Amino acid sequence: MDFLRPASWEEALAAKAEHPTAVPIAGGTDVMVEINFDHRRPEYLLDLNRIGELREWEVGADTVRLGASVPYTQIMENLRAELPGLALASHTVASPQIRNRGGVGGNLGTASPAGDAHPALLAADCEVEAESVRGSRLIPIDAFYTGVKRNALAPDELIRAVHIKKADGPQQYSKVGTRNAMVIAVCAFGIALHPETRTVRTGIGSAAPTPIRAKAAEEFLNAALDEGGFWDSKKIITPSIAKQFAELASGAANPIDDVRGTASYRRHAVGIMARRTLGWTWESYRGKGRSTEGVA
Amino acid sequence: MGSTRTTGVPTKLTQGSQTKGGIGESTLRPDGTLKVTGEFAYSSDMWHEDMLWGQTLRSTVAHAEIVSIDTSEALAQAGVYAVLTYDDLPAAMKNYGLEIQDTPVLAHKKVRHHGEPVALVAADHPETARRAAAKIKIEYRELPLVTDEASATAPDAVLVHEGRDDEHSRHVPHPNIVHRQPIIRGDAAEAAKKADVIVKGEYTFGMQDQAFLGPESGLAVPAEDGGVDLYVATQWLHSDLEQIAPVLGLPEEKVRMTLSGVGGAFGGREDISMQIHACLLALRTGKPVKIVYNRFESFFGHVHRHPAKLYYEHGATKDGKLTHMKCRIVLDGGAYASASPAVVGNASSLSVGPYVVENVDIEAIALYTNNPPCGAMRGFGAVQACFAYEAQMDKLAAKLGMDPVEFRQLNAMEQGTLLPTGQVVDSPAPVAEILRRVKARPLPPERQWESSEGADVRQLPGGLSNTTHGEGVVRGVGYAVGIKNVGFSEGFDDYSTAKVRMEVINGEPVATVHTAMAEVGQGGVTVHAQIARTELGVTQVTIHPADTQVGSAGSSSASRQTYVTGGAVKNSCELVREKVLEIGRRKFGTYHPAWATAELLLEGGKVVTDGGEVLGDLVDVLEGESVEVEAEWRHRPTEPFDLRTGQGNGHVQYSFAAHRAVVEVDTELGLVKVIELACAQDVGKALNPLSVLGQIQGGTTQGLGVAVMEEIIVDPKTAKVKNPSFTDYLIPTILDTPTIPVDVLELADEHAPYGLRGIGEAPTLSSTPAVLAAIRNATGLELNRTPVRPEHLTGT
Repeated sequence: MDFLRPASWEEALAAKAEHPTAVPIAGGTDVMVEINFDHRRPEYLLDLNRIGELREWEVGADTVRLGASVPYTQIMENLRAELPGLALASHTVASPQIRNRGGVGGNLGTASPAGDAHPALLAADCEVEAESVRGSRLIPIDAFYTGVKRNALAPDELIRAVHIKKADGPQQYSKVGTRNAMVIAVCAFGIALHPETRTVRTGIGSAAPTPIRAKAAEEFLNAALDEGGFWDSKKIITPSIAKQFAELASGAANPIDDVRGTASYRRHAVGIMARRTLGWTWESYRGKGRSTEGVA
Repeated sequence: MGSTRTTGVPTKLTQGSQTKGGIGESTLRPDGTLKVTGEFAYSSDMWHEDMLWGQTLRSTVAHAEIVSIDTSEALAQAGVYAVLTYDDLPAAMKNYGLEIQDTPVLAHKKVRHHGEPVALVAADHPETARRAAAKIKIEYRELPLVTDEASATAPDAVLVHEGRDDEHSRHVPHPNIVHRQPIIRGDAAEAAKKADVIVKGEYTFGMQDQAFLGPESGLAVPAEDGGVDLYVATQWLHSDLEQIAPVLGLPEEKVRMTLSGVGGAFGGREDISMQIHACLLALRTGKPVKIVYNRFESFFGHVHRHPAKLYYEHGATKDGKLTHMKCRIVLDGGAYASASPAVVGNASSLSVGPYVVENVDIEAIALYTNNPPCGAMRGFGAVQACFAYEAQMDKLAAKLGMDPVEFRQLNAMEQGTLLPTGQVVDSPAPVAEILRRVKARPLPPERQWESSEGADVRQLPGGLSNTTHGEGVVRGVGYAVGIKNVGFSEGFDDYSTAKVRMEVINGEPVATVHTAMAEVGQGGVTVHAQIARTELGVTQVTIHPADTQVGSAGSSSASRQTYVTGGAVKNSCELVREKVLEIGRRKFGTYHPAWATAELLLEGGKVVTDGGEVLGDLVDVLEGESVEVEAEWRHRPTEPFDLRTGQGNGHVQYSFAAHRAVVEVDTELGLVKVIELACAQDVGKALNPLSVLGQIQGGTTQGLGVAVMEEIIVDPKTAKVKNPSFTDYLIPTILDTPTIPVDVLELADEHAPYGLRGIGEAPTLSSTPAVLAAIRNATGLELNRTPVRPEHLTGT
C-alpha cells in the first residue's frame, strides 16, 4: 500500500487523477476501521491531512461552505445556530475522540447508509462540492447517494466541501441505537422546517440501501400544513396529520434484518422518530419549544 | 463501613492494629495511576530484540473435515520463518483443556467451531505474518451442524467428539452431553400437590462475552537449555503450565512463566489462548515470538459465558411458602469442554437460589455443539440460574398478590439452612437483610431529565441519540437477590502458595510477598501488601512479580483470591513472624523477661508486648538475618456431588448480593435507561473498602450489560459469530451506567481469614434479573430472555 501525502489541494487532485483507485483519508475514522478489519486493502491511501483549507468553513448569506474535514466537534461548537440538525447529528457520532477526527467529507465519501450526517444533510438540503483536475462541480445531495456505499463522485474527484443551506427554521435529529452513547445507528431520522419556502424536508438513515428522504411524507405534510394554514396560524399540528406523516415516513423506509435490528423494528422506529421530531420542531416554530440539554 | 472505634488507651493490643496501611484501609492500587494515564505496560506492549510475530489462521466454517492444507505459498513469502500445522506438533500430547483434554492445539482432520486455530505463522512483521496466513490454502468438506439440544441429542445426531473416554462420558445420557448433574431432595411431585399456586417458566440467557479490554497477548523467548520463557497475561499460571508443557514435550521446569500486564479477565483467561502457539513458534524458529490478538480475533480467542435455556416450575402455598421447585438447565458448552462440567455443578447446586425449598428435582446439563466454546465467566453458572429463579419469584409473588420483596424474605435462606445438596449453610446468610436494605433506600426522584431549560437527553432512554424528550417514558422498579459459591467446589484441592521474606534493606525492615496470583484487576497486589503490613508490622512491602518460580496460587476466579491466596499470605506471614520472634528471643531474650512470658506482636517496625511495651527494633532483630517461608494454604475441603442425587458438601462459602433496579423505558422505541442500581452485599470483612466498592460496582455494571445489550450473536444456520467487534458487541458506556449506591455488610465468616467473604461475582448475578424485573414492571411484558432488545419491548 502506497501512502500519498499531497501538500496542497492541487497536488491532491493531481494525485487522485494519477491514481483513481486511491482512497482519500482524513480523520481515518471510517477508512482505518475498514483496513483494520481487512475489509479493504487499497492500493493507495491519499492522506488529506496536510491540506488545511479542508478544515475551514465559511458562513455565507444563505449557505455554510463546510470544508470536508471540519471535525464534528467544530460543527457542534461553532455551527449550532446555522446547522442545528447537523450539530445534533454530530453529537451522536461515536466518542469525543472520534468527533475530533471525523468530518462530513468522510461520511459522504463512504456513503454508508449508517453515516450519522446523512439524514441531517438531506433534511437541511445541500450540495456537495466535488473537484478534480478537470474542474469543480456542485452535486445536489438528492443525487449524491447512488447505491449501497456508492456515491456520484467520479473516480478522479475529491470532496472539497459541502454547501449546506443555513437553517431558516427549526431542525431536529434522532437516532436509535441500543446503547445510550457511542453506537452505530439502528436507524436515524432528520427533519428541517423551511418556513421561507413553507416546506419540510426529511432524511432517513440506516433504513434503506442508501440515505433517503421520506418524500411522500414530506409532500403530504407540505400540503396539509398549507391547506390548514398552519404556517401562518402556528397552531398545534392536528394529531391525525402527525400520525399520517409518521406512517408515510415509516413507509418510506426499506430496511433489512441485520445484527443491529430487525427490518420491522426499523420501520416502526422511523415512524416514532418522525412523529416526535416533527412535534419538537413545530413546537420550536410556534415559539414554545425548549432547548435540549446535553446535545451540543 | 460503619465500624466503630473505642477511644482511650487499649488494655491489650492485637497484631496489626497499630500498623498503617494494613487490612481494612483503602490503600491505593500500585498500578492505578499508571493505568489511568496510559503508562501501564500490558502484555501486548512487550518487545524483544529480533522478535518475530505470530499469527493464527482460524477456521472459516463451524464444522468440517479438513481435506487438505497447503502451506507452500505462505512458506515461500519473504520474511516468513515458520508455518506450523497439526503435523508439526512435537509431542505425543496434542490436546489441552481445563478439565477434559479435548481441545486440539491445532485442528486435526476436522474443525468443530467457527474460528478454531488451524495453522500458525511466524514472520518478521505482523503484516507479513497476516498476509502469509491468508496464503495458506485449506480445503474443507462441511459436516452437519449441532447447534442446540434438539440437534445434539437427536437419535442420528452427529457426534461433536467421537470416542470420548473422559470421566463424565460414563454417566452422561448422550455423547453430545459434556456433563449432567441431577439434584434430588424431598419429593417435588408430592409437594406440588400441596401447592396453592404453581408457576412455570421457560427462560433464555444469551451468550455474553467477558469483553476484557486487553486482548490476548504474550511473548515466548526460547532459552539456551531448550526450554522457553513465556510472558503472558493469564488468570492461572500453573494451570497454563500443566497444559503447555506436555504439548511442547518439555518438563514443566523448562517452561518458565511470568505474568505480564493483564487487561481484565472475568474468566476469559482461564483457558489457554496464544500461550502454546507462541511457544511452538519460538521453539521452532529459535527466536522470541510475540502474539497479539486484535479485537476481532479476541472474540474467537477465548470462551464465552454459556448461553442457556432454563425450564422452571415453582409452587407455593397461599401464605407464601415455597413448596417445591423443579428445573432443567441446558447450557450450551460449544465445541470444547473448557469449564463446562464445573459450570454444570454450579448451575445445578445453586439453581434454587438463596431460598429454602425442601423438595427439589433439578437437572443441569452442558451440551457439546458446534457453537463457540463456552466456559468460565464471572458468576459461572449461577448467573443464568439467578436470571430464571428471580423471574419465577416475581411471578409467584404476583400470583399470590404479595409484595415481591416480602415474598422473597419469607422464603429467604439463613445461617443453618439446608441446601438442596444437603449441605448446611454454616456462616451468616443475611438474604432477608440485604433485600430490606435495598428496598429501604429512597427512590431516585421522578423525571430527573426535566429542568427549566428543557429535557436533558443524557438522563433519558436513548441518551445522546436524542430519541425522546420524555415521550413514551415509563418508570419501573425491580428487585433481585442471588447466591454464589466462593472458591473451587466439588472436592477440588483448592490451595494457594505464598512465599514471604523479611529482611533489612537500607536500614528498614522490608517484607517481600511472592505468589503466583494473577493480578487481573481484582486488587490482590494491594491486599497482599496490606496483609503483610498487618501481620508483620512493617511499612515497606514489596510484591514480587507473579511467576512459576513459586507454587501455584490457583485461579484468579471464583471470587477466591483474597480468601485463598490472601489466606496463604496471612499464613506465611504468621510463620515468618514466629521465626522473627524466635530470632529475637535468641538474640535479646536475656535482656527482658517479657521476651519469654508476654504475647509478642510486630508493630510499627518493632517487637512489642500486647501491653504495648517495646522490646526492640525489627532492624536489630533481623540484622544479619533474613527469614523466608514458602507454604501452601488450604480452605476446608469439599466433596463431589453424588452423580445421581447431587448430595454432598460441595461448596466452601457463599456470597450474597441484592439489587434494586430503577429503570426508565421508552415504551414506544423500546430503549432503556437504567437510572439506579442499588446494591447491598455481605462481604464478611472489607480488607480494602475502596476495592470492594469497585468490585461491586463493576460486577453490577457487567450484569446490566447482559440485561440490555451484551450478546454474541451466532447464526443458527451456520454456527458463525455475527458480531465479533465492539461496533456490534455493545458493552455499557458511562452514560449507560447508573448511580450504584452500595451498602456493605461485614458479617464475619468464622471459617475464613479475617472473616472475609469472596465478593467479585455475587453482584453480577442479581444485577441482571433486577434490571429485567424493573423493565417488566415498567412495561407489563413477560420478557423471558436476556438481553432485552428494542424488538422485544416493541413487539416488532
